[in-house]
Amino acid sequence: MADTITLDVARYGPETDSEPSFQSYEVPCREDWVVLDALNYVKDQLDGSLTYRWSCRMGVCGSCGMMVDGQPKLTCAVPLSDYAPGPVRIEPLQFFPVVRDLVVDINDFLEKLRKVQPWIVRDEEKPIAEGEYRQTPAQLEAYKQFSMCINCMLCYAACPVVGLEEEFTGPAAIALAQRYNLDSRDQGAAQRMETLDEHDGMWGCTFVGECTKVCPKNVDPAGAIQLYKVASATNWFKSMLLPWGSK
Amino acid sequence: MARNPTPLMWTLFGAGGMLSALLFPIHIFLLGLAFPLGWLEGPSYESLHALVTHPITRLYLFAFISLPLFHWAHRFRYTINDLFQLKQGTGIVAGICYGAALVGTFTAAYTLWTLS
Repeated sequence: MADTITLDVARYGPETDSEPSFQSYEVPCREDWVVLDALNYVKDQLDGSLTYRWSCRMGVCGSCGMMVDGQPKLTCAVPLSDYAPGPVRIEPLQFFPVVRDLVVDINDFLEKLRKVQPWIVRDEEKPIAEGEYRQTPAQLEAYKQFSMCINCMLCYAACPVVGLEEEFTGPAAIALAQRYNLDSRDQGAAQRMETLDEHDGMWGCTFVGECTKVCPKNVDPAGAIQLYKVASATNWFKSMLLPWGSK
Repeated sequence: MARNPTPLMWTLFGAGGMLSALLFPIHIFLLGLAFPLGWLEGPSYESLHALVTHPITRLYLFAFISLPLFHWAHRFRYTINDLFQLKQGTGIVAGICYGAALVGTFTAAYTLWTLS
């Protein structure tokens, strides 16, 4: 294996550049390095002006998502040597506005997340004196998979519908809504359904399935959206057949 | 009662997709390849005619023709919307696609009903 590898890194400074350009850096290609290590090498040794987000280096914080050779990846989780002999192209997550270099603006995502109320909604909280809400292992299992999401937004960068339709709520937010719907302590499913049961909600999804493919935590957002569609269809038929029943 | 009909269209889409995936290969293999090419001995005209005119077969064929048409309509509608990145006129596309599936459904119903 070659001792070094070339990184072609997207650079953009809003004060000086009208559009992004690429800059090449020659870095060591070490067997035990992930792509993020190579970026840290650039930052520490070659060019301190390179800007990108990272924190935990262990696939938990979800902040180091970037496009690596055109694919959305957690850069802390992909070995650099997978891309030897290079060059390897590193860009900010696609479909997001770029703030600087590899940093994207996530405000729109956070707003979509907030809209689906990803927290436990109760009609009425029980008094603290009555103790905690208990759950059986089976009740935990029902939503556990969807709770593994780390908000890394790789699924947004992978989803062609997100790229086409700005208003689409997107995979992670819908999967997270489903995570709370399936939680035995939650009573907010009807409220979330009102938000999501429209084109910009779940129905914009055409089940491409890329979100599930790129998810580093095996959350399966595409599966969550399908479950949501089934729930919506069930509601629809219920309200048609039993219009006098509660919604 | 003016509810968004998308869940209904999606249900028809899903049902049609499952039917096509499971049954189309069998029909194509038997009626399109195995019988005409003589790999298997086909049924006689009389026995096939008797089969098709049985009420249960008529119902089966109705679902077998209609639901995949709605599957096509739904998928084609979204393909057109996304391919041409339509912002306007999506209602017309939906009307044409589901309309075509409805025409096919009525034609199938009429043909199967009047078959003797």
